[in-house]
Amino acid sequence: MANRTIVPFGPQHPVLPEPVHLDLVLEDEKVVEAIPKIGYVHRGLEKLVEKRDFNDYVYVIERTCGICSFMHGMGYVEAMERIFDTEIPDRAKYLRTIWAEMSRIHSHLLWLGLLADAFGFEALFYQCWRMREHVLDMFEESTGGRVIFSVNKIGGVMKDMPTEMLAGFVNNFNEMEKELKKLTDVFLSDYTVESRLRGVGLLTKDEAIELGAVGPMMRASGIEIDTRTLGYAAYSDLDVNIITSNECDCYARCEVRIKEIFQSIDLIRQAVAKIPQGELSVAIKGNPNGEAFARMEQPRGEAIYYCRANGSKFLERTRVRTPTFTNLTPMIHTLKGAEFADVPLLILTIDPCISCTER
Amino acid sequence: MAKVSKSPWLLHYDGSSCNGCDIEVLACLTPVYDVERFGVINTGNPKHADILLITGGINTQNKSVVEQLYSQMPEPKVVCAVGICACNGGVFKDCYNIIGGVDKVLPVDVYVPGCAARPNAIIDGVVKAVALLDKKREQMKAEGGNK
Repeated sequence: MANRTIVPFGPQHPVLPEPVHLDLVLEDEKVVEAIPKIGYVHRGLEKLVEKRDFNDYVYVIERTCGICSFMHGMGYVEAMERIFDTEIPDRAKYLRTIWAEMSRIHSHLLWLGLLADAFGFEALFYQCWRMREHVLDMFEESTGGRVIFSVNKIGGVMKDMPTEMLAGFVNNFNEMEKELKKLTDVFLSDYTVESRLRGVGLLTKDEAIELGAVGPMMRASGIEIDTRTLGYAAYSDLDVNIITSNECDCYARCEVRIKEIFQSIDLIRQAVAKIPQGELSVAIKGNPNGEAFARMEQPRGEAIYYCRANGSKFLERTRVRTPTFTNLTPMIHTLKGAEFADVPLLILTIDPCISCTER
Repeated sequence: MAKVSKSPWLLHYDGSSCNGCDIEVLACLTPVYDVERFGVINTGNPKHADILLITGGINTQNKSVVEQLYSQMPEPKVVCAVGICACNGGVFKDCYNIIGGVDKVLPVDVYVPGCAARPNAIIDGVVKAVALLDKKREQMKAEGGNK
């Protein structure tokens, strides 16, 4: 048996802007075991619900993560709307869907950029982030914020998007789609990119089910599950095709995410075509009482929100099960037996959001 | 920004931020804002860095990491707290695991408020940090330290 060495990875590491620590047990260049140590970003956000009332807590839960901030707010308010047994106006549902899909595009572009950076393709990284800025400009135009924009409230949304603005956004996305096609060619058919991604980090279909993978990680292993097909917000009126790949490796995860960007653009087009006129929100009366769940497809996978209220203005408990948390087990699995040089790549392909995981 | 005397290199560490400020720090370095054209480089190595950008508040777990990163940076060095959480704890101030802003453990020179801090504000903060860096260098020379 070769000598074993333990290499610490993180918490401060150039490949990830976020702190995660792994103890990598190596035999020569092969990783035999990876022991994660988390808690560097733990704030105790779920406990804060006892100090902030249920309306103010929307702003706290949006700050679970700065990348999928809108969707965290959306999950919480949907759970609260179930406790209040309120049906929100259709226009609000559509607006939420459009912002959610824009968040997905921005998140996937961000990830593609970081992936390109991880395999050393600096120019590609810059191109992805340049395109991401277009999405952020649209967020700024419609809400005033770039990454965190509190537009959700219990009972609806706070801001409207006028028809001309929506038409403008669709135009922007049409332009963006053309540029994206060029990027897709590089990611999916460039020789150097393929040589880094093909056959790396295999996670078979059975393993993905057994280890509880979610989101693009799971769909890249050929499992057709997408929470959007449950039809929350306005998704029941839209045509959601589940994108899967059967290759089970890093390349498949990259492919699924790129195709999801095109899918999101298509969903935005559908939503803009169907959006009805009407009110933005309904009034909520009294304090909540009872408990509710909400499920949501975030860019990283399925997230679950749980709220329990006791009739006062402070909730008893909130719980968020974030996608990265469940994806950590498959990640550790793919790390075993991998080359040491591939470790940053494998960590990146689950699209880790440590801030969500540790809250 | 009359002139930049040296190319300042940044070390970015995510304290306990929500990622919002972190991606804005990265957005500063990528197209549209692109501070690399002024010679600002994001380095992963504390021994190469002049300016420490910290996002997010300090908690019990990352306290020692932050202190260690700061101690590994060579003099002169400037600490820049990015985002309201790094300034004083922000929205998470009352969380049980948050000790407070970065100034609880390190001497902070520049505070960049905002939730999330916008790239324009971060660049402004870095420019202020560069001026301070020059000042500190002059001071060190006057004291007969590192030339």
